[in-house]
Amino acid sequence: MPPEARTKRPTAGSGIPASRANVARPVARRGGDPASSSPVFRLDDLSVYYGSFKAVRNVSMSIPQQQITAFIGPSGCGKTTLLRCLNRMNDLVDIARVEGKVLYHGVDLYDEQVNPVEVRRRIGMVFQKPNPFPKSIYDNITFGPKVAGVKGNLEEIVERSLRRAALWDEVKDRLKDSAMGLSGGQQQRLCIARALAVDPEVILMDEPCSALDPIATGRIEDLMEEIKTDYTIVIVTHNMQQAARVSDMCAFFTAEINEHSDTRTGILVEFDRTETMFSNPQDERTENYVTGRFG
Amino acid sequence: MAPRPGESGVLSVESLKGAPGRFRKESAIRRVFFAAAATSILISALIVLSLAGEAWTFVTQVDYSSLWTDGWFPRRGMYDVKTIFVGSILVTIVAMFVAGPLGMGAAVYLSEYAKPRLRRTLKPILEILAGIPSVVLGFFALTWISPEIVQRLNPESSLFNLMAAGIGVGILTTPLVASIAEDAMRSVPQALREASYGMGARKVTTSTKVVIPAAVSGLVAAFIIGISRAIGETMVVAIAAGATGGSLFNLNVFEPGQTMTAAMASMAAGTDAVKGAGLTFQSLFFVGLLLFLITLLLNVSAGRFVRRVRQRY
Ligand SMILES: Nc1ncnc2c1ncn2[C@@H]1O[C@H](COP(=O)(O)OP(=O)(O)OP(=O)(O)O)[C@@H](O)[C@H]1O
Ligand SMILES: [Mg+2]
Repeated sequence: MPPEARTKRPTAGSGIPASRANVARPVARRGGDPASSSPVFRLDDLSVYYGSFKAVRNVSMSIPQQQITAFIGPSGCGKTTLLRCLNRMNDLVDIARVEGKVLYHGVDLYDEQVNPVEVRRRIGMVFQKPNPFPKSIYDNITFGPKVAGVKGNLEEIVERSLRRAALWDEVKDRLKDSAMGLSGGQQQRLCIARALAVDPEVILMDEPCSALDPIATGRIEDLMEEIKTDYTIVIVTHNMQQAARVSDMCAFFTAEINEHSDTRTGILVEFDRTETMFSNPQDERTENYVTGRFG
Repeated sequence: MAPRPGESGVLSVESLKGAPGRFRKESAIRRVFFAAAATSILISALIVLSLAGEAWTFVTQVDYSSLWTDGWFPRRGMYDVKTIFVGSILVTIVAMFVAGPLGMGAAVYLSEYAKPRLRRTLKPILEILAGIPSVVLGFFALTWISPEIVQRLNPESSLFNLMAAGIGVGILTTPLVASIAEDAMRSVPQALREASYGMGARKVTTSTKVVIPAAVSGLVAAFIIGISRAIGETMVVAIAAGATGGSLFNLNVFEPGQTMTAAMASMAAGTDAVKGAGLTFQSLFFVGLLLFLITLLLNVSAGRFVRRVRQRY
């Protein structure tokens, strides 16, 4: 891989670039070493609290661009908490507080001047349970672009987003129908299409397939594989095979019991390329977990 | 332990019958609840029947020319129903212009903007407001709203007027509308708000484009229930709208007027018996039945609307 291909993202000093249009999309780097790709996020000694309860402790890691990064680990170890720090969704929880830094292309997302609304336009999210709006399929997709003030051809955006989410053929004749009439798997693909419609750079997915059957899950995995040339994806999953199948990088978290109180705090145990994590993990806890021997 | 088919060889109906004692207890409880439900339905039916009986006497015996006169003066045999009907409608319209925006606004604020702690303080206060005796509000409407607001707005306005009464009824209705509307918005799943925020929507956008549309059936219901409440309100109107006993037909909200409820109250109040022309007593029941039908129609249409919107989503 020639060094000049490692395009550095432009990093504005004071804030995030004003519009996605101004941001040069870095050249897709496929097949390279994921770990060396220039990072989209750099977490620097990040701890997250809910009130006085420390949910996640001292996480430092770099999330590479245009790769799929998976967060795995036992329930309650703070995967969701950490994921929601990446687009400031935790701001919606009154008692949530962050220590340390989340750098997005070098910009501290928790800087006072950063507006979470702007952050979320660049860093989209797909949730565990499909949550389409009780509106038509068409209105679901156009919601984001309208909110962002996009003046362009909405119909085109709808078709493009639905095609990318592999849903177009199934719904093209009933775009005006309520999204609530779709199956669970279709609804989740609609939610992905909806996230894609605002053309984010990053898509965060919190167990996007946990409510779906294997066929629907397979379709969403294919879809992730397909869109990762354009997007950086961070996915939380409980499904080891899924992490092994789709992710390039994998982070294993676990929860440690705190000595003085009866609480558990999540820590990052190991973060490496997925093959390494599954074939040759450095930490015993990782090995126990990925091989299913976790106690 | 109950015998399993494997142990006794065959599974018989006997072994699946369950304890007879429990069965008897269950059916006794069911009968008690049925009796409670039946009684309340029966009472409602009796009320309607007694209304209908006297109302029927009125309808059959009244001189129809007296139903279309210059005003509602039952003791003089002038039963111009349109006077009090229009009075009720005017008061209700004014009231909903107050209670609609105020109630919906309060609901949006409480549900979407107020921090949990503030909400926990404000919600009970709102519910206390709902408990203000309407007599108190009636005097407030007459002694403050009318001179300080209505007469300033329109110096021509008389002290007793439908406008002040309407505003008073509106204030009285606001907590009810706010409370029902807030419940409707709070029952919108948090997941929908998160979906909206996750796409970079602001709070205003999330409230107006996601939460309110998703709660629309409940909001309409809140509004319609507000209307029934406003139409049924009696005391504020009886005090502030100024008509005791009778009223001339009037479409001007700055003039005194009479509503159906106030008309009934003033006929029945202050005298041992309802005196006046022969059918005064019966006219009271006729108006009562009319009110009942209007409220029924409103509630049925609220239910219809809620169901239709639910089906769409
Ligand atoms: N809104 C909240 N308020 C208080 N505590 C919370 C909140 N959300 C999460 N927590 C706590 O933070 C810890 C981490 O939770 P989190 O949801 O991030 O775990 P997770 O790894 O995503 O678990 P799962 O795999 O079950 O989804 C848990 O102990 C949880 O109880
Ligand atoms: Mg989770």
